[in-house]
Amino acid sequence: MTDLFEYISVMFSYTFILRALIAGALVSLCAALLGVSLVLKKYSMIGDGLSHVGFGAIALATALNFAPMKFTVPVVIVAAVLLLRVSESSKIKGDSAIAMISTGALAVGILAASMTTGMNTDINSYLFGSILAMTKEDVVLSAVLSVVVIILFIVFYNKIFAVTFDENFAAATGTNVKAYNMLIAVLTSVTVVLGMRMMGALLISSLIIFPSLTAMRVCKKFKSVIFVSAVVSVLCFVVGLIISYIASTPTGATVVVLNIAVFLIFAAAGKIINK
Amino acid sequence: MALITCENVSLGYEGLTVAKDISFSIDQGDYLSVIGRNGSGKSTLLKALLRIKNPERGRVVYGDGLKQSEIGCLAQQTPVQKDFPASVFEVVLSGRAPKRGLMPFYSKADKKQALDKMELLGITNLKERCFRELSGGQQQRALLARAMCAAEKILFLDEPVTGLDPVVTTEFFNIINEMHKNGMTIVMVSHDIHCAVKYSGRIIHMDGGILFDGTVDEYKKSKIGAEFIGGHRHD
Repeated sequence: MTDLFEYISVMFSYTFILRALIAGALVSLCAALLGVSLVLKKYSMIGDGLSHVGFGAIALATALNFAPMKFTVPVVIVAAVLLLRVSESSKIKGDSAIAMISTGALAVGILAASMTTGMNTDINSYLFGSILAMTKEDVVLSAVLSVVVIILFIVFYNKIFAVTFDENFAAATGTNVKAYNMLIAVLTSVTVVLGMRMMGALLISSLIIFPSLTAMRVCKKFKSVIFVSAVVSVLCFVVGLIISYIASTPTGATVVVLNIAVFLIFAAAGKIINK
Repeated sequence: MALITCENVSLGYEGLTVAKDISFSIDQGDYLSVIGRNGSGKSTLLKALLRIKNPERGRVVYGDGLKQSEIGCLAQQTPVQKDFPASVFEVVLSGRAPKRGLMPFYSKADKKQALDKMELLGITNLKERCFRELSGGQQQRALLARAMCAAEKILFLDEPVTGLDPVVTTEFFNIINEMHKNGMTIVMVSHDIHCAVKYSGRIIHMDGGILFDGTVDEYKKSKIGAEFIGGHRHD
């Protein structure tokens, strides 16, 4: 047992692991908070679509020699705004719009990446994540943006509940529903981009979807769903990071598999409780 | 001035006009039922009155200092709500959200208001229960309690008793009557002509436009009213 603790303490003496831990835990927390609202509004796929756009943007930024984060965050925010607009206008259904935008962005990203570096490991690390990708600036940016996401979420918690539960009621009683939808979409964009480097473009949306669905198996209150989802998300990330270090597995995939395991346990527990 | 005035309003969606030339006003203390068959444009009219949807032509004007945050509404349930993990108290309390403006948290007064409405509707014992696990009647009461938290001057009801059994329906209308007596303006949209005639004071009958606007007694005597009330008994 002491061996394990020693092993873990050695692990966290590496700067890159410490960075990954801090940034990853914060991003997991944000993703869990936003995920509850997205899942309930049946917008889960937006997170997925945005991560593909993020991949395209990062590949493009690398090709054009732009600072990756400063280029990617605005691009993904614009994509989020577009996706919401398209879903609301209902000419093209939301799911088709997301599929179009995400595969389109993926294609652009692959083209951009293959032109500059050739199809090499860079693509691999974009798609499936790498904990080595986090620089010191990334960690600082993650920390600052995460704090902003968390503060906004707490300040607008009651409004987010009202808008998530019943958009029409909220609109009829004078709440600016569009603005709150936009707020959620923008915060989601930021979270997706922050988490994408580490978790991978193809895996980041699981951080948004799994924890809230897991919490909903057993929780009967909105507040407890939020709380449990946040705790599950952060724990899965931290434990996943440790396992991936010990077993030398890819971090992103390990965290996702852990999330699946916890989801199954909660689903079984929910079945037993509700009997 | 009237609480809400519709001036030459035309309604439609996706380029299709469903009702046109609608002009009427809702006065303080009205108990108005908007009736008509499915597709007659009554739900679209409700959305326009609530300002969720812009009319294609004409305008909806709020008067008498009516603010949007003084409106309550009980709309048909959405698919999202059927599987929503929230306690009854959280749902009812969210009716107070519009009053908070940009203030982040609910005050004691908000919580007391929510508890009072729950007491009034006899759902205090459901406070901690999960909304999705309630029966249809209980859910409707929770949503009515929320609407009552929001409604200060006017309450809108959209097909409020669909799927409720007769006993619950009668109880429901008794509560609405009580609110009306205490000065609340009520606007109900329904295809249930019998409830409309039985409980409300004024009828607007729609089909592509307003076919009738007057008191219940006038409606019963009118040709269209006699036909519609009679016609429904056959099916």
